[in-house]
Amino acid sequence: MSTEPTQATSRHQKLERNITLMAIATLITVSIGGIVQIAPLFYLDNTIEKVDGMRPYTPLEQAGRDIYVREGCYTCHSQMIRPFRDEVERYGPYSLAAESMYDHPFQWGSKRTGPDLARVGDRYSDEWHVQHLKDPQSVVPESIMPQYSFLAETDLKVADPEGMLTALRRVGVPYTDRDIQMAEADLAAQADPFSNREDLEERYPKTQVRDFDGDPDRLTEMDALVAYLQMLGTLVDVKSAAAQQELAEETGR
Amino acid sequence: MANESNIENRVDQPTGTEFVGHEWDGIEELDTPLPRWWLWTFYATIVWAIGYVVAYPAWPMIDRATEGVIGWTSRGQLAEEISVANKAREGLLEQIAATDTALLTDDPQLMQQAVAGGAAAFKVNCVQCHGAGAAGSPGYPNLNDDEWLWGGDLESIELTLQHGVRWDGSDQTRFSLMPGFGDIFTTEEINALAGHVLSFTGRSESSATGVQLYADNCLSCHGQSGEGSRDQGAPALNDAIWLYGSSETAIRGQIRAPSHGVMPGWKDRLDPATIKMLAAYVHSLGGGETLAQQSDEPAEAADEQP
Repeated sequence: MSTEPTQATSRHQKLERNITLMAIATLITVSIGGIVQIAPLFYLDNTIEKVDGMRPYTPLEQAGRDIYVREGCYTCHSQMIRPFRDEVERYGPYSLAAESMYDHPFQWGSKRTGPDLARVGDRYSDEWHVQHLKDPQSVVPESIMPQYSFLAETDLKVADPEGMLTALRRVGVPYTDRDIQMAEADLAAQADPFSNREDLEERYPKTQVRDFDGDPDRLTEMDALVAYLQMLGTLVDVKSAAAQQELAEETGR
Repeated sequence: MANESNIENRVDQPTGTEFVGHEWDGIEELDTPLPRWWLWTFYATIVWAIGYVVAYPAWPMIDRATEGVIGWTSRGQLAEEISVANKAREGLLEQIAATDTALLTDDPQLMQQAVAGGAAAFKVNCVQCHGAGAAGSPGYPNLNDDEWLWGGDLESIELTLQHGVRWDGSDQTRFSLMPGFGDIFTTEEINALAGHVLSFTGRSESSATGVQLYADNCLSCHGQSGEGSRDQGAPALNDAIWLYGSSETAIRGQIRAPSHGVMPGWKDRLDPATIKMLAAYVHSLGGGETLAQQSDEPAEAADEQP
C-alpha cells in the first residue's frame, strides 16, 4: 500500500481480504433473494389451488411411478402443461400445482423430447400403451423412444409396500393407517378385475381396477406403469367450464 | 465509483484518470468510472422494475401476493387468447354444427373447411394410433383405403368417432367380439380353416374340412365368400386388407385367440363440430362413401379391393 486508505475503501478492503467475512456477506446477500422468492410459496394460501378429487396414489400407481422414475422417463417427458395456447390445445387443460402435490419427486419441466404426459390418462387404450411401451416404433414410426418390452416380462416386486406408503406419509402424503395396512393387498387388487374393488374405490376414488397389461395371470411392472399412466391428469376435474372460468379470473398468482 | 475524499488525488497522465490507491510491485489500479450509457441503463432498469412491481403480481404479502394494478394473470391471458381464437372460427363451427352431417358434402366450401379443421384435430388426437398419414399399423386400421368395418359414409364415421369401438364409456359403442377357437379346434382344424379363409383370395387351396368348419362357425358373420358384414363389424376376408396381419400364421393366430382392438369414443372430449370435422377429414382421405352408394350396392365397396 502506497497510500493511506479512506474509511469506505478500508471497510471494503477488509471484506475483500477476509475470506470468511466475504463468504458470510455473500450468503446473506443470496439468502435475501432466496427468501423473498421462495419462502412466500410455503405460506401463501393460493400457492396450491384448493381442488376436489386429488388423492394420494394407489400402491400400484405409486409402484408404476417408481418404475417411471427408475427408467428415467422424466428425462424426455415432463408432466407440466403450461398455460400457453399451443400447449393447452395439444395436451389439454394446463396443470395445477395441486395435481402434483403428492409427487415425490415432482415431474415438472419444459424440455419435451417426448410429449408432456400430465394428461395422458384415459387418452389411449391399455393395449395401445402396452404395445407402445414394448415397441414404440410399431405405432409411431418416427418415434425415438427406446423399447421397454422387459417390463411385461418382469414380475412386479415391491420390497415393502407398507414402507413405501409410510415414507410418503412422513413427507406429507395423507395415507390413512388402513391404506398402509392394506398396501400389499391393494397392490394386487387393482390389477385383478375380479377383486373386491369397493373397498379400494372408497379409499381411492376414481381408481381404475382392471388387468392393464393384457396378461391377467401375472402382475408385472407393465401393469404398474400403465396403471400410473392411465391415472395421470384424470383425478381433478379441470375440464368443466366452471373450473376453467374460476381459474382464469383468479388474480394475484 | 469515484472517491472524492481520497487524500492523494494522483492522476494517471496518459488517461487522465485518478488512481484508486492500490499498488502492487509498481502496478496500480485506475479508478475508471462506469460508462455513462451503462449506468443510465442500469438506472432505467430500476425505474422499470418499480413500474413492473406496481403493475404486475409481485410482492408476497400475508396470505397472498399483490395483484398488480392491471390485474394481469397468465391464466387470464390464456383464456383471452383462446376466446379470441374461438371467436375467429365461431361462425364456421356453428355452420358446421348446424349442417346435417350427411349433407356436408353438398357444400364444397364448407366441406373443405371442415376437412382442414379435421386434419388439425386428427394430428392432435388420432395420429398416435392411426399414424401421421392415417395409414394405420397392425391392429390400428388404415383410414386411407375404402374398406370400412363399420361403414364409410360421413354419418357412420361420425358415430364411430363419438362412441368408439369396444369402448366401455358408451352404450352405443361399436361392438363385435369374435370368439377364440384355440380351445375348441385342433391344430389341424385351425390350419384347414385358415386355408379356406386364404382360398377367398386364391392364396391357398380350400379343403372339405375347411369349408365345413367355416360354414358352421364363421359364415354367419363373415359371409359365404368372406365378404364380411358391417352390421356386425365383421371384416371382409376376401380382400388384401388385414388388420392383424395377412400371413397364414397371423390368420391362424387370429382364429385361435383374436385380438379385440379398442378405440376410445370422443363424444365427451371433443365438441360435436370437431367430431364432425374429423369425420369429414377421414371421409376425404380416399375411401369416403356416400349414403346412396352404400344402399345401392351394399357389398360392392368391400369387393372392389383387390
